[in-house]
Amino acid sequence: MPHIALPEGLPGITGGFAFRPDTARPMRELAEILLRGPSTLTSGEREMIATFVSHRNGCDFCQLSHRAAAAHHLDGNYELVDAVKRDAEGAPISSKLKALLAIAGKVQQDGKLVAATDVDRARSAGATDLEIHDAVLIAAAFSMFNRYVDGLATFTPKDPAAYDAMGRRMAKEGYVRPNG
Amino acid sequence: MSAPTAKSAPPAHIDLQNDLPGIRGPMTFRPETARPLNELVDVLLRGPHTLTPGERELIATYVSARNDCRYCQTIHGAIAAHHLGGDEALVLDVKRDAERAAISDKLKALLVIAGKTADSGRLVTAEDVERARALGATDLEIHDTVLIAAVFCLCNRYVDGLATWAPDDPDFYRQRAALIAEHGYTASTLTASPGISPHHS
Repeated sequence: MPHIALPEGLPGITGGFAFRPDTARPMRELAEILLRGPSTLTSGEREMIATFVSHRNGCDFCQLSHRAAAAHHLDGNYELVDAVKRDAEGAPISSKLKALLAIAGKVQQDGKLVAATDVDRARSAGATDLEIHDAVLIAAAFSMFNRYVDGLATFTPKDPAAYDAMGRRMAKEGYVRPNG
Repeated sequence: MSAPTAKSAPPAHIDLQNDLPGIRGPMTFRPETARPLNELVDVLLRGPHTLTPGERELIATYVSARNDCRYCQTIHGAIAAHHLGGDEALVLDVKRDAERAAISDKLKALLVIAGKTADSGRLVTAEDVERARALGATDLEIHDTVLIAAVFCLCNRYVDGLATWAPDDPDFYRQRAALIAEHGYTASTLTASPGISPHHS
């Protein structure tokens, strides 16, 4: 049961969003720009960073919904997303994305852990300054979203099919939607 | 006040194309994401509320200190003090030991929730929330406490993850705090807005 009286039946962060539309609007916009806005990283790559960070923060709602969103950007390839969650360095992804995930994983713990060598590694693998910036900010943003979702004890659906439908919607329609 | 220059600013992890301190460096580098971030912080810390701006800035300061983010805890501590009639000692007390600080019991209970949220949202218990509610906290106040804590977990990681720089001079933060207290976060981030004279230039 949520810690405060959130509108009933809304999953995860959408409960908090419905409770407080004034803060929901900029949070939705931030997710839209970071995950679906113009970028040299694909939306699939960016959703994998979001999933990776949410998984490490133990936020079930965020990691399951963004896992599904990532998969929908990747032609339904849940196996790849799960491989990244399990062992990013061993997953069949680019060396650039591995380096960005290493940075994201450190930001998830504490931004001060990111070393110049981490950034050099990403740059050597072809990452631009904007890509490094966005990897840091995606990791930081999900450190916020995860805490918001769990700190209010929002409703976490149990049915895996619910997340597949959510992920499809997040991937196809995005985060700024007229009806939530 | 002496103006920070490119020479005095240690390099961040990426070329931010400006020498602004703290979060303003990456916000100026990436204005598309700065806009919703500033809007969010403006609503949470400065919007109409039953918690005073001073109380909300104390929550932001407390979380930033707990996350050991020098720039964020110093600037938000200065803004909190500005809202609290210049009481910098109270801000230090809250950072050091909130339970013994001269603040309301309700704010103490909210700071416990904020501190747990900063460590992990899953640590917040029904008992923590009951304590706050018994001391008069509303659902909106509890919601905003959790979200302020969560937002500063973002800001702290953004600032430190890119290795932005933080001025040493306490007066820098006092002057900047007065500017933000008057104009807000959105307006104060813009470096060349008419009617705003940034102290760094």
